[in-house]
Amino acid sequence: MNIADYKGVWVFAEQRQGELQKVALELLGKGREIANKLEVELTAVLLGSKVDDLANKLLAFGADKVIYADSELLKNYSTDGYSKVIIDLVTEKKPEVFFIGASFIGRDLGPRVASKLGTGLTADCTALDIDPENNNLLMTRPAFGGNLMATIVCAKHRPQMSTVRPGVFEKLAKDETKISSEKIEKFVPVLQASDIRTKTLEIVKHAKDIVDIGEADIVVSGGRGIGNKEGFKVLQELADVLDGTIAGSRASIEYGWIDKALQVGQTGKTVRPVVYIAVGISGAIQHLAGMQDSDYIIAINKDEGAAIMKVADLALVGDYTKIVPELIAQIKAYKLL
Amino acid sequence: MNKVMNIVVCIKQVPDTNEVKIDPKTGTLIREGVPSIINPDDKNALEEALVLKEKHGANVTVISMGPPQAEKALREALAMGADEAILISDRAFAGSDTLATSHVLAGVLRKLDYDIIFAGRQAIDGDTAQVGPGIAVHLDIPQITYVEKVEVNGDTLTVRKAWEDGYEIIEVKPPVLLTAIKELNEPRYMNVKNIFETFKKEVKIWSAKDIDVDKDLLGLAGSPTQVKKSMTKELKGQGEIVNKPAKEAASYAVSKLKENHFI
Repeated sequence: MNIADYKGVWVFAEQRQGELQKVALELLGKGREIANKLEVELTAVLLGSKVDDLANKLLAFGADKVIYADSELLKNYSTDGYSKVIIDLVTEKKPEVFFIGASFIGRDLGPRVASKLGTGLTADCTALDIDPENNNLLMTRPAFGGNLMATIVCAKHRPQMSTVRPGVFEKLAKDETKISSEKIEKFVPVLQASDIRTKTLEIVKHAKDIVDIGEADIVVSGGRGIGNKEGFKVLQELADVLDGTIAGSRASIEYGWIDKALQVGQTGKTVRPVVYIAVGISGAIQHLAGMQDSDYIIAINKDEGAAIMKVADLALVGDYTKIVPELIAQIKAYKLL
Repeated sequence: MNKVMNIVVCIKQVPDTNEVKIDPKTGTLIREGVPSIINPDDKNALEEALVLKEKHGANVTVISMGPPQAEKALREALAMGADEAILISDRAFAGSDTLATSHVLAGVLRKLDYDIIFAGRQAIDGDTAQVGPGIAVHLDIPQITYVEKVEVNGDTLTVRKAWEDGYEIIEVKPPVLLTAIKELNEPRYMNVKNIFETFKKEVKIWSAKDIDVDKDLLGLAGSPTQVKKSMTKELKGQGEIVNKPAKEAASYAVSKLKENHFI
């Protein structure tokens, strides 16, 4: 492999049912910065069927160029179909850096592609930078259940690949003046129905309307200390007066108090809201990994020594069943003014 | 399926990261006394293999790459009901990243018969979820990740794959690699009878020479990624602690929310 043959930063533009996923735009935000440091082009790679409008959106959010593979066989994600097209593209065009969202799709696609190409992949990166000495990509990720942060390099192989979870990086402001059909390159994939060895019988979305906790500005989160399902009602009330949403630690999901989609932490979602209120959460490393970049953290806990109290901007020591109703009452009173 | 199914389960012995603490003085990990366990998702993978064996008949082989002490994890798998166990252990594997590890396990699988290969979605000491798909691509077989239900209908598997916001029902013909998540099942405990039987069973030990793989792909030389540095995560500095009656504490918190224009 001649490393010098590999040029440019690529971002996988994940779409589902014709809807661009926000992690793709966030990756363009970070990808723009990395491409500028390397003084190379930033390319979004879009696979789908009749999703031309998404190509424009990718240009408006920072891509210099879009490679667009349009095929009926790429309408929905399949491991075989998507990985074949991506592997063909990388082999032909040779990017030096390739970012993929760490969604259920990206974490299925990324390792399949990287393993076939024989290159390295670093999962769930929380920081990405360029080493000024040699232009290698520095990929930092939590390891050991979030107890350690490790910076990984892939010095002798290209592309340098990483996945990044939704909510970690910020998207750029939209600039529609960047849209131009000349920047969209259509790629005709070499793909047959028989290449896809799995058959989708049904795709079911959960009917219940669960908010994306990654999108919320204010998150009220509960843990083991809440004690029971009823306790989450009062947290919900606090979230409501703050126009926020509820969430929880792993314990609250394991007890069945709230839905799995609301889990914050290493095995759940990474959030960085404006305000994070942690109630009855001890602050295991796995949980901290998912919320410690929040702008302002309030912790409510009986135990002054709990780990969460050390990362909180404001730590309230006491019984949440007394403090939270007081908070609700006082915020309501203030809002009535 | 006409013949008896062959199921191979890939497991990893991991330190129980839930038990890992950080030394408050030095900021380093305290690894001493941390128990070794079968990686949780791998245990779900093994359980599902055993369920399929009970329902349809199957030969279940458990394989693990690791140091000699990983034999304990394989013994536990035998005690849960697996038929055979192979430990793949060789100094040549030292320094393997996920890619090199997937080559080792694919090299083992080329020496075995398999209809279904099960792995856990990811291991708790790395959380990468990369080895399963790596094995599948090296063997050129399809993969389904995040599996939460498996049914065998004749020569076809019907698999329920979890999505963030729902699920997908997929049909596939073996051979296939499936990665398990905890929603798949509730792993059984070791069976007392099996624990005794286990001592009669052999855990085979294979080395690099016993597997079918290009030796250049193994260990440090076969690992494209290197750890440049690692550090314990820096925590935010201590904020303000308020230890007052509920009403006053709430009032102070509300004043802070106002001051920062959060409300």
